Amino acid sequence: MYKISTDHLTELFSSISHDRALYMPIEKNGQVQFDRWMEDKKVRLDALNTVKSPKDLFFPQSENIVAFKIKGKNISIIENRDESEPFVVFGVRACDAASFDILDMVFLQDPVDTYYKARRDNGIVVTLACSEPEETCFCSVFGIDATNPSGDIATWIVDDMLYWESLTEKGERFTETIKDLFESADFLDEEALKSHKEDVEKIIEKLPLHDLSLDGFNSEAMDEKFNSPKWEELSEACIGCGTCTFICPTCQCYDIRDYDTGQGIQRFRCWDSCMYSDFTRMAHGNPRTSQVERFRQRFMHKLIYFPTNNDGVYSCVGCGRCVAKCPVSMNIVKVIKAMGVDENV
Amino acid sequence: MQRIFGLIKDRVGALLADGTVDRVIGWEKGEFLYDHTPAIFNAEDDLVDLVYDGFCASNLSKYLIDESKKDGKILALLKPCDTYNFNQLIKEHRINRDNVYVLGIECRGMLDIDKIRALGIKGIEKVEEQGDELYIQTIYGDKTCKRNEVLLEKCINCKGKEHVAYDELVTSGEDIPQVESNRFEDVEKLEAMTSDERFAFWRGELSKCIRCNACRNVCPICSCVECVFDNKDSVVASKANTDEFEENLFHIIRAFHVAGRCTDCGECSRVCPQGIPLHLLNRKIIKDINEFYGEYQAGQDTNSLGPLTDFTKEDVEPSIITEKGGEK
Repeated sequence: MYKISTDHLTELFSSISHDRALYMPIEKNGQVQFDRWMEDKKVRLDALNTVKSPKDLFFPQSENIVAFKIKGKNISIIENRDESEPFVVFGVRACDAASFDILDMVFLQDPVDTYYKARRDNGIVVTLACSEPEETCFCSVFGIDATNPSGDIATWIVDDMLYWESLTEKGERFTETIKDLFESADFLDEEALKSHKEDVEKIIEKLPLHDLSLDGFNSEAMDEKFNSPKWEELSEACIGCGTCTFICPTCQCYDIRDYDTGQGIQRFRCWDSCMYSDFTRMAHGNPRTSQVERFRQRFMHKLIYFPTNNDGVYSCVGCGRCVAKCPVSMNIVKVIKAMGVDENV
Repeated sequence: MQRIFGLIKDRVGALLADGTVDRVIGWEKGEFLYDHTPAIFNAEDDLVDLVYDGFCASNLSKYLIDESKKDGKILALLKPCDTYNFNQLIKEHRINRDNVYVLGIECRGMLDIDKIRALGIKGIEKVEEQGDELYIQTIYGDKTCKRNEVLLEKCINCKGKEHVAYDELVTSGEDIPQVESNRFEDVEKLEAMTSDERFAFWRGELSKCIRCNACRNVCPICSCVECVFDNKDSVVASKANTDEFEENLFHIIRAFHVAGRCTDCGECSRVCPQGIPLHLLNRKIIKDINEFYGEYQAGQDTNSLGPLTDFTKEDVEPSIITEKGGEK
């Protein structure tokens, strides 16, 4: 393990960004987002959740897929996908890092999504352990340890020191290139870090949503959950906006659209939201015609369908963004509590 | 707030019990006492979850578009500012008035949880109101702050304590403090900017937009059955920005579409996950309307013609409008 004083972070960032893009939580117009680091940017490593998750870096909200040029009766196909370059994303929290594993299950399964894979291969994920979790946090419910985040490299900030530990070969190789900036952490540092983690673990245990139970959310309960009368009541306040889906680190649905450029067609894909009335609209129409059905789809997907198809892994990491941001404060926690084990016994 | 809540709950219970109304739309208490959700209560027994405190900012009037089309009568808990939207929706024939019983409720101004967080208060588990003071219980210890410091923007610029539509009022008789404010102050600041500065301001703000449509969907004036941006045959339908200026167009078009109808209820800014001050677009238009056609408050009544749907000889000439840009 290495260490660097937090006073020298600018040097570290400047060195990393020398030959690749560096993204981290940066404040702009009052909001913190993963944005490209430059020396004059306002870095906010203290911010727990960015408004949008860092999933954009691998799965952008909108990206070009292919273009078509039409001349008379001939159509030519032009490969014009957005180029992906090597980058580092720094300051990813444990929940968001876990969301990348979930996105991998979707996009790296056969047939591999080459757009996503190119960015995944090019990106190095440097995580940052949490020190002050919020009341909206419930990552522990999904077995995520906010004090020991995954990623290629994990970091911890304790007082004025940042600790740096490579977790993967990719992380190791990258660390080699900048190791001159670090000092080696010694026994005393290890002790300080250990005690810091214990303090944070105590806070996590006391979080109000720490005991949220997922009992009853499994494939056996699929029909019973699907047919539950509770969806009607739970969804009645939903205004059908896409806030929850667009700020969610694990939502991965997209739409493919054609844009008439005047000279041809630009085909692009963009995030879609199951909350929208035209979600999965096909030639015959839309399979879900009411907001109740659309609302149910979102939570059934995260809590039943996804784990059924992916060895029991839920498609939620407990980041709490939807808990904090839903315009009507209806969120996955309220759904889990209302639909939980009571129904399954 | 405690006292008024008790009075409201008693009255709601009585009106359900005597059959005056069949259902109630109000707010259901949340996980953390600041995250209440609009909810419909069908029976007196359900009212245990009813709540009314400083975190009931949601304007319930839009829900009445659908609810008033159902059988039976629904009681709606409307704060003074919410009643302006109720009136506007009546005027636009969107609500069936006969099926709604408006219980006008007193409001002391709603609180902004984001402003409380911006004070550096983390891990909020509980917020208690005692007069002008807020006692906040957090994971990291107890904190306090002043109510006035953390009012929602729309409540700083409160329309006053009068309801413009109601069947019955519930008031505590207590004195309600009014905050002195000039709601056009921020608009005036924007008008004072050079056009380049103003452009930069709006680019900075609107470029944060994630096209989640929360502003549009929560807006009680945006009541089109199908929005042009959702209509696949409209050419402008889109879920994401196809170029870097598209989100600007979305918001500008929306502001123009609600011009003369927007009551300045502030819901758009309240729900924006990116904190974009969308209300300023609407307020600029409201200010212009006031200056061009005389003071006008959308939703004040249910029958007057709106400034942009009426014609008088005193109306400002189009040439003056195009040349103006913020200065008389």
